[in-house]
Amino acid sequence: MHGVCCMIDVCDLKTYYSRGFLHRTSVRAVDGVSFGIEKGETLGLVGESGCGKTTLGRSLLRLIEPTSGRVIFDGTDIMALSRRDLRRFRPRMQMIFQDAYASLNPRMRIRESIAEPLRIHGLENRAGIGRRVRDLIEMVGLNEEHLNRRPYELSGGQNQRVVLARVLAMEPEFIVADEPTAGLDVSVQAQILTLFRDLGRDYHTACLYISHDLGVVRAMSDRVAIMLKGRIVELGPTTDVLDHPCHSYTRRLVAAPGADRGFSRPAPCPAPSGSPAMVEVQSGHWVEAAAW
Amino acid sequence: MRMDDPLLCVRGLKVGFPTADGVVKASNIVDLTIRAGETLALLGETGSGKTVLGMAILRLLQPNTRIEGEILYRGRDLLSLPQEEMQKVRGREIAVVLQNSGTSLNPVLRVGDQIAEAITLHRGLKGAEAEAAAVELLDQVRITDPARMAREYPHRFSGGMRERALIALALACNPSFLIADEPTRGLDAVTKREILNLFSEVNRGRSVLFITHDIEAAASLAARVAVMYAGEIIEIGPVDAVLSSPAHPYTRGLLESLPAKGMRPIPGSAPSLIAPPPGCRFFPRCSCGAGRCEIEHPGLVEVGPGHYARCMLYD
Repeated sequence: MHGVCCMIDVCDLKTYYSRGFLHRTSVRAVDGVSFGIEKGETLGLVGESGCGKTTLGRSLLRLIEPTSGRVIFDGTDIMALSRRDLRRFRPRMQMIFQDAYASLNPRMRIRESIAEPLRIHGLENRAGIGRRVRDLIEMVGLNEEHLNRRPYELSGGQNQRVVLARVLAMEPEFIVADEPTAGLDVSVQAQILTLFRDLGRDYHTACLYISHDLGVVRAMSDRVAIMLKGRIVELGPTTDVLDHPCHSYTRRLVAAPGADRGFSRPAPCPAPSGSPAMVEVQSGHWVEAAAW
Repeated sequence: MRMDDPLLCVRGLKVGFPTADGVVKASNIVDLTIRAGETLALLGETGSGKTVLGMAILRLLQPNTRIEGEILYRGRDLLSLPQEEMQKVRGREIAVVLQNSGTSLNPVLRVGDQIAEAITLHRGLKGAEAEAAAVELLDQVRITDPARMAREYPHRFSGGMRERALIALALACNPSFLIADEPTRGLDAVTKREILNLFSEVNRGRSVLFITHDIEAAASLAARVAVMYAGEIIEIGPVDAVLSSPAHPYTRGLLESLPAKGMRPIPGSAPSLIAPPPGCRFFPRCSCGAGRCEIEHPGLVEVGPGHYARCMLYD
């Protein structure tokens, strides 16, 4: 399903939440998901609210403990790591959350917020940190004056830039971005997304870009995965999937009924990375077998 | 009242909020006419003053707000109505779907009861009759099993369902004018489309002021669109004309920042409304600005049939 130069390889990942007190039932938020993201590639993850895309994003970084499955990050199975060992990997895989304001400590000045991860992970010495923070704030299009402010003194777009500076401080190889522009205006969204895209290119970062906005996903991703009820039902190059959707749900999503290109129906064969239910309809374009 | 007759006429509206740092001029000389049966989209970004305009029409702004100008509804100036009179207009004549469906419903009252309350207040129906009317409204906005859902509390409703319930609440008294403030904010693509479809269906023949920052939503619902920037209407006209051949540089920039239209951002950010630029408010960010834009404040100029732009380019 993916090339050899994999930054992150996910295999049959499941994250169940249990609920209820006397009658325990489980909610299958992520129910057997497999995919890979190459170095420098952006995979868009699309689905309606409640389909499990945020849970999936967080599970990859073990911010939520998955129930089962494997997540291979640059050759290491991070599911098998102890908490302590996992911490060493943290700078290399970062997360950008939806709400930038809530992601920043309201009592810290922006300068401290950006310096904190550098200090914790010991990436710079004391003198180096100050210089690096100034470089970073300029890289995201703000200036030194903003360093002395606190999050409530900045706009939503400016806060998201600060979050971006904080993430870039780690020079991560993999970023999970969970709707980083939800709630921002289109003109501000365009500023943040072009910045994010350009920086991702410069650093050759792999990215899982979570969004329900198809326009944004189209602009940001190389490939796109469509998620429905905890499962990935369609996966492939962005234009293939969005212009020629095969799964009925994807069609509903892009509102193009009958956008079928009339592929010859291949015999279902198991996908290489252990998700037996996917069928390859065209090179690199996979659809859930049940739908096909 | 015939179609095309103005139902609501806003003239020379200025709204200012006094703060410790100075007066925030949230709305500056807004002139706007909404005809009977027409949907007008008010398009603008955060802080452009679109919600302020909606709230000014309903007179729901804080008491210390400075308001000038007039808002004529069926010929009566709403700004000079006594409170009790205004109370009768609100909900019955002019209803509102407020932003943020999560907090617009009372969390400790059943949804059906909240709708029934409006029906009792304005239509005089009581008890079981009001409840039945509430269930009927929930059915009208396509809530499955409306009788059961009417007895549920808001937290049992999903975002899309809450939006439907709010629409039902706004329609409770069949108002002739509806103000909808970002009814699709935060909804996913499929739910958003459903809400927009429902919206156009239940509002046939009704005048609607549709406040939104979503250009596609505006295009799908409205016949005319007004674009706001820094408290002013900077362009207004038929939806097709404004969106396919935008006249104002800001409108152009806004459309080009859409992911589907190339995602080219407008440089800079919106000005402070305490001390806005003296000339054209968009001048500091404008790529075609000339010397006089900096000092002269442009008026609305007709650039096509019914299509106006506030820009020196056409003066």
